[in-house]
Amino acid sequence: MDRMVFDIAHLLAGGLVLVSFMMIYQERLGALIRVFAMHAVVLSLSVSWQAWTQDAPHLYVTAAIALVFKAVVIPGALLRIIRRMGIHREVETVVGSGLTMLAGMGLVAMSIVLMLRLTETVDAFAREDLAFALSVVLLGLLMMVTRRNAVSQVVGFMSMENGLILAATGAKGMPLVVEISVAFSVLIAFIVIGVFLFRIRERFDTIDLGALEEYRGENQ
Amino acid sequence: MELIANLLVQGAQMALVVALAPALMGLVRKVKARMLRRRGASIFQPYRDILRLMRKEVVLAENASWLFRVVPYMVFAATWVAAALVPTFAVGLQFNWTADLIAIVALLGSARFFLALAGMDVGTAFGGIGASREMMIASMAEPAMLLAVFSVSLVAGSTQLSTVAAYMATEDVGLRVSLGLALVALVIVALAENARIPVDNPTTHLELTMVHEAMVLEYSGRHLAMIEIAAALKLLLYISLIGCIFVPWGIAGEAAGVMSYPLALGFYLGKLAVGGVALGVFEVSIAKMRVFRVPDFLGAALMLGLLGTLLLFVSRSL
Repeated sequence: MDRMVFDIAHLLAGGLVLVSFMMIYQERLGALIRVFAMHAVVLSLSVSWQAWTQDAPHLYVTAAIALVFKAVVIPGALLRIIRRMGIHREVETVVGSGLTMLAGMGLVAMSIVLMLRLTETVDAFAREDLAFALSVVLLGLLMMVTRRNAVSQVVGFMSMENGLILAATGAKGMPLVVEISVAFSVLIAFIVIGVFLFRIRERFDTIDLGALEEYRGENQ
Repeated sequence: MELIANLLVQGAQMALVVALAPALMGLVRKVKARMLRRRGASIFQPYRDILRLMRKEVVLAENASWLFRVVPYMVFAATWVAAALVPTFAVGLQFNWTADLIAIVALLGSARFFLALAGMDVGTAFGGIGASREMMIASMAEPAMLLAVFSVSLVAGSTQLSTVAAYMATEDVGLRVSLGLALVALVIVALAENARIPVDNPTTHLELTMVHEAMVLEYSGRHLAMIEIAAALKLLLYISLIGCIFVPWGIAGEAAGVMSYPLALGFYLGKLAVGGVALGVFEVSIAKMRVFRVPDFLGAALMLGLLGTLLLFVSRSL
């Protein structure tokens, strides 16, 4: 029984890393946002499983927040934004998706090695969750670095936050108040970013962030 | 006496794979035709094709070297040995100690190497382009396959295919995300290696899209027959491999006697049929990729294999 519990936790956390990779692989904005919604669904499954195994009912609230906000509200709003901007069919030129994948694998390997060394005293669940959470965070960062489109950068940012939640639930530490305030600050950040997207677009006629760099005189 | 019986069973397995391979090919073609609302040729048509090719005269190019004439037999032999090593209906056969997953990968790799050489031998443009594309695909597919093999072997604790299949049939395996990743990676590799639709179209003769067909364009008569059987055997090999690693139920165990073989054989035929139908349906429902998209597709397989291996290391070191 105990083995099965651990295997399912492993499966869900590993699935989260896999979905992160799917996001890096995805070139179309619409599909990217849908994969992001899936990321949130896997996260909320993983958190509910932790809630069940740790007997911690407040984690169910975390899972519900992830499911409602990150799997439904934010992706829905992002889809509406790209539709209103008329960029929902756009194919983004990713800088060598093969190379990005390799970099991603390197990051995952690094975070696994790092976390397993650092957390030798903690129990198995937490160690594994921490290793996977760090990889999800780093993969989100990688996505923000390699993408030029503002919308996919937002998605990368949000997926980083998913990784943080995974870490917090595994470590059995985060109080509910903190969790709720983080969720709301992410939501507010999202609204601010949404407004910014339209501002950038008004000013430069594109949301390719290369245009911003040119405006600052960095690309000459 | 026991040795003779064991050798007989092993011989039966070798004969079985070569006898079943064309029928599997015919089944896939039939399913594809049916999905396209055509009637399609009989499942046994590939046997007739091969017999016909055997009887036909070989037309050789004037500048073909000895290599060109030898390669079809080498390709067939290497693929046959590899296919005969995969446990089909029973584990623990006489030659199973040689059935190492890495050896199978190597056998298939050498078959591919010689086929690519033969493609370039006559010096036509098609042969060259086919060989170069085949090598491009192979350079991605082979590491992906090896990584999938590694994650399976790490779970089972052996690269011996017979041991792996026997271990997978027990309940010690549990629920492992790595095995799922390895399965997806292996399916992608199988599609690429067998020149199936998202990577290559086995029925096309359009120069922009040919890979496998371009290499064997110059072959005729019994040489072509050898290459066709080898291609069918390779398809059978991959389906049996995926079957014996990921759905090993019904396979006759080491201790099981000869009496359990008919039932196990029935299970095996069922697995082949399911695999063939699934392949046909998949091929009809998907479009072919551009050649330059193929590295991305196979890169995904490579990534899945690597991720599976990494995840195994995590759960191991806990």
